[in-house]
Amino acid sequence: MTPTYYLLLSALLFTIGAVGVLVRRNAIVVFMCIELMLNAVNLSLVTFSRINGSLDGQIMAFFVMVVAAAEVVVGLAIIMSIFRTRRTASVDDSNLLKY
Amino acid sequence: MITPSSTGNWLLAALLLLPLVGAAVVVALRGNDHVAKLAALAFSLVEFVLGVVAWIQFEPGGARLQQGFSLDWIPSFGVHISFAVDGIALVMIAVIGLLVPLVIGAGWADKVPEGRTKGGFFALILLEQALTVGVFAATDVFLFYVLFEIMLIPMYFLIGSYGGARRQYAAVKFFLYSFLGGLIMLASVIGCYVLAGEELGKNTFDWSELTSVVSKAPLETQIWLFLGFFVAFAVKAPLVPLHTWLPDATAEAPIGVAVLLVGILDKVGTFGFLRYLLPMFPLASKELAPLVLVLAVVGVIYGSMLATGQRDMKRFLAYVSIAHFGFIALGIFAFSSQSMVGSVTYMVNHSIATGMLILVVGMVIARGGSTRVADYGGMAKLTPVLAAMLLIAGLSSMSLPGTNSFISEFLVLIGSFPNAPVYTIIATVGMVLAALYVLWLYQRIMQGPLRGDALVGAAGGPGTMIDPEIGAKRAIADLNGREKLVLAPLVLLIVGLGLYPKPVLDVVTPTVDATMCQAALVDPVQSAPSAQSGERQSQCR
Amino acid sequence: MTGTINLAGTLADGAQQATGVANLAWLLLVLPAAGAAVLLIGGRRTDKWGHLLGSATVIGAFVYGLVLFFDTTALGADDRTRDLHLFDWISVNSLSVDLGLRLDPLSLTFVLLITGVGSLIHIYSIGYMSDDRDRRRFFAYLNLFVSAMLLLVLGNSFVTLYFGWEGVGLASYLLIGWYQGKDFAATAAKKAFLMNRVGDVGLALAIFLMFKHMGSTSYDVVFAEIGNQSTGVVVAIGILLLLGACGKSGQFPLQAWLPDAMAGPTPVSALIHAATMVTAGVYLIARSSPLYSLAQAEDARFVVMIIGAITLLIGCVIGCAYDDFKKVLAYSTVSQIGYMILAVGLGPAGYALGILHLLTHGFFKAGLFLGAGSVMHGMNDEGDIRRLGGLAKKMPITFITWTLGYLALIGFPFLSGYFSKDAIISAAFSAGGGRGWVFGGIALFGAGLTAFYMTRLLILVFLGKPRWEKLKSEDGRAYHPHESGPTMTIPMIILSIGSVAAGAILSGMLPGWLEPSVGELAEVHGPLSHTAVSILTVGISAIGAAIAFAVFGRREQPVTRPQRVSWPVRAARADLYGNHLNEALFARPGVWLTRFLVFVDNRGVDGVVNGIAAGLGGSSGRLRRLQTGFVRSYALSMLGGSILVIAALLMVRFA
Repeated sequence: MTPTYYLLLSALLFTIGAVGVLVRRNAIVVFMCIELMLNAVNLSLVTFSRINGSLDGQIMAFFVMVVAAAEVVVGLAIIMSIFRTRRTASVDDSNLLKY
Repeated sequence: MITPSSTGNWLLAALLLLPLVGAAVVVALRGNDHVAKLAALAFSLVEFVLGVVAWIQFEPGGARLQQGFSLDWIPSFGVHISFAVDGIALVMIAVIGLLVPLVIGAGWADKVPEGRTKGGFFALILLEQALTVGVFAATDVFLFYVLFEIMLIPMYFLIGSYGGARRQYAAVKFFLYSFLGGLIMLASVIGCYVLAGEELGKNTFDWSELTSVVSKAPLETQIWLFLGFFVAFAVKAPLVPLHTWLPDATAEAPIGVAVLLVGILDKVGTFGFLRYLLPMFPLASKELAPLVLVLAVVGVIYGSMLATGQRDMKRFLAYVSIAHFGFIALGIFAFSSQSMVGSVTYMVNHSIATGMLILVVGMVIARGGSTRVADYGGMAKLTPVLAAMLLIAGLSSMSLPGTNSFISEFLVLIGSFPNAPVYTIIATVGMVLAALYVLWLYQRIMQGPLRGDALVGAAGGPGTMIDPEIGAKRAIADLNGREKLVLAPLVLLIVGLGLYPKPVLDVVTPTVDATMCQAALVDPVQSAPSAQSGERQSQCR
Repeated sequence: MTGTINLAGTLADGAQQATGVANLAWLLLVLPAAGAAVLLIGGRRTDKWGHLLGSATVIGAFVYGLVLFFDTTALGADDRTRDLHLFDWISVNSLSVDLGLRLDPLSLTFVLLITGVGSLIHIYSIGYMSDDRDRRRFFAYLNLFVSAMLLLVLGNSFVTLYFGWEGVGLASYLLIGWYQGKDFAATAAKKAFLMNRVGDVGLALAIFLMFKHMGSTSYDVVFAEIGNQSTGVVVAIGILLLLGACGKSGQFPLQAWLPDAMAGPTPVSALIHAATMVTAGVYLIARSSPLYSLAQAEDARFVVMIIGAITLLIGCVIGCAYDDFKKVLAYSTVSQIGYMILAVGLGPAGYALGILHLLTHGFFKAGLFLGAGSVMHGMNDEGDIRRLGGLAKKMPITFITWTLGYLALIGFPFLSGYFSKDAIISAAFSAGGGRGWVFGGIALFGAGLTAFYMTRLLILVFLGKPRWEKLKSEDGRAYHPHESGPTMTIPMIILSIGSVAAGAILSGMLPGWLEPSVGELAEVHGPLSHTAVSILTVGISAIGAAIAFAVFGRREQPVTRPQRVSWPVRAARADLYGNHLNEALFARPGVWLTRFLVFVDNRGVDGVVNGIAAGLGGSSGRLRRLQTGFVRSYALSMLGGSILVIAALLMVRFA
């Protein structure tokens, strides 16, 4: 079983996530794309773990999941509060923090 | 490594700490102007006495660095808080001790801007004093760098908070210039540290240890390290073309601060030439000496001509100093013991002579309320003693024999001539120009018929002034007792050191000899006996 | 400083250590200096007796100078050069400068001249300055001058000489600018100091050369070593010393300050700008006789003679055209010092003659100036000779003493100028070959011109009709000429006695007396015998005087100067364009250059710095536009950055 396909799938998912983050305006969708990127990384971590025959990559993947969960908690809370004050979830409308 | 040995080290510690304590006390007392002023004066006078005691305790023929002490600071980098003095540092510390009480006395009755207190002003001056004493006495290169930068901070506030109309601009310009130079120096300091670490196998910033390693580095390395230090010192000194912060800073600073700026802070630059550049980078110093000599001579002529062309008295003083710093740099990089001793005494005498000139000009300005030369004329009629003081300070500035500055300028020129005849000949033109700018200033302010807005007219009738203390006009009066008391010690020193400079020369000469030895330099003109014995000391002190 | 040091083969021994009464020689310096200090620090408190103290210190110095003189004459000729070490002044390793005094015939001669004439002029000033409320300060400055001048002549190294040299410059500056409320006085004082400083640079460079090549600046070492130096060094030192002499003595090309210096009070002109300070250049060259006597110094000597000859001619020519009493005398001084410089440029044949003329000139020129001061004192400070005239009857003592000085100056037989000037002219003819004829001819022609302009002065001031009767002075007062008081006339009488007798007395003794200092007076023989030159000189002087009588004595002179005159007169009235030249060559380009540099400094050097600051500020203002506030653009730049980093890593890895 060649690991190349897993890695290719991981790269594909990461690219879809990255493009999504860059092109989508809805904060929720951007958020989901970030999750997609994280999971793409998880996939490659697990793959490398398999290739090297050590558990390091899998442990790392668990860490990523924990971080992602924490991020979801904080991130969704922020998005919610923005939506409440501005009645929109578009990231382009929240551009006050600039020069 | 300097270990505490005798009572001398307590003296140096006291010299460093006393102004710090003084600054704290004065700040605490700032609510009551009068008490704060008296406290500041008392602390500065005690500091002066300590300086005199340190001078007496110093043994000119003894070790290179004396009265030292050392404490650990950052052991992992080998950084110590270590201080000690050699002859050059000693005379500079004594000069600081002399000038600060005079500056406090001269600024006694000046008004401070709205919202500031006299106590705060004097506390900053005492703080500056502590830091400058530290810069001259530091024997750990890292400590020197730290103090070199920190001493900018009180000066920044002294100019920026208590200065004239464009004080913010001047203060920022002063700070940026000096700070940038200092950062470049930091790179070189770290370079030396790394070199020493590789060579000695241990971390150290000790000046003697760094010197012993770095001075043996190849020319290429030395040149880069030299340039880092040189830029910082050339900004401080200031050498043309890095000088333009000085006229602005001098023009905007209060008179007393201008004295400290020109009389003490700038001397750190030329002190650095002698303490750091020559011993640490002897090869690079020799290689780059022509560059420095050109800058020095250009400074002499350029500063003199610009001084002649100034319309503002305080800017005039700045350019006079730039010309004088040209002479000092010339003497240091002409590589003879006469010229170097001349440069060190020039540092002392310039502080005395130009310090007095600035104070006297300040007294003129206090009476006329204007810094423009054109607003004055024929003032000698109203204030003959003030006129005499201006002339004495001016004569010393142009190095008339019989005044202290003659000794130094003569030594610089006669010592420079054998090694650098062309530069010396050009610099002697500066002697003529010095007479021109001093006498012309004197003529425009003091001689001729009574004229000028400051003396006739603007203040409400000929010969009257607006008294800053009472806010009403009154007749322009000659020097009062306090002002005479401030100037008298300077006049005495100008004449005294002009006729009998031996006390200063004897302290400075051994240190200069040691510096020459470290830099492997030999006097171009040898005295007869030493030429006969012919043997050079193999070990530098 | 003891021991036998051969001074270029002309002098037998070096200096002995001073002993006995000579040990107190520092009193000579300290007495007047203390007087000056007391008067300056004491201020108005000393007003009542300040002039007495000021005079007493100088008279005291004179008395001590006499004692010293007789003490020295009691010694054998070889022991007359003595040094007195006071203290180490500037000492750094191989450079060692003592503050020490040299007592030898040359310096003692000057001590007597300075304190003697100085005493008389101090006494004269008591009367002359009696109306000035700052008289005390005047005496303080005079005392300061005497002290500095004594240091100049007594110092035993070139650095101590330099000390005195600049010291007298300071005193001269203060005294020329005495009437400092007037712009012209202040400007004249500054000009004098600056032109002197130009000369001082020459002296300073000479000292540097001595240190470089001989390792010392003391007379003993320098004169002992100078013989071993290369021709280039000797000539360079000789010419640089001459530059110093030119500045102090108002010699070409630095002569322009001396006439302007007449802005000071007349006693100052008499003492400083006629009798003593301006002759310091002659002293310097005579003192350096071991250098100038060397064969290698031939070129330097020649330059000295050229400068002397040019100056004596310039002085005479301009003196003929001026209408200001004191300025004519000033140009006369310039020209007489030209004679002295010419004399000392002759080498061993001329040192003693130059000093002899210096002494006799000190008497008669001081007397002439005091006479001029007496005239101006009685005539509301009127100095324009065209507004004077016929004063002989009103001021008989002034007239007689002045005329004696006049006769001495133009070389009337058997008065003092006759002995000293004729000797110089005769020696100039003996310079050898065409050179001798040229220098002798110039000196001879100068004597004729001297007689002409001095006679013109005599006629316009003292003889003829009184032209002042119908005029008023500048301040609107009528003229009431009167003879001056005894404090003024007695010094004039004493000086006129000196003008009459000094030449006859000194010309025999002086060369022998000065031998230990300047060497033996060389016997020279020119194409003309001494008697022939004397007869020629007297004849030409008589012709000059006769022409003056013919031009100015026979018809009445206008009270304003005639404007329609020939070009030589116009040129002479404009100082032969010397000031114009200085103005065009130095002053105006200097002003332009200064203005240009101020502009460069503000706009150029400082402009670069401020430009960098402005550039940084501007570019960061633009750069901050990158912060758009859109999260997506930040994300894009993050992505771009990450890709760049990864690409760079890969490149390094696989390149």
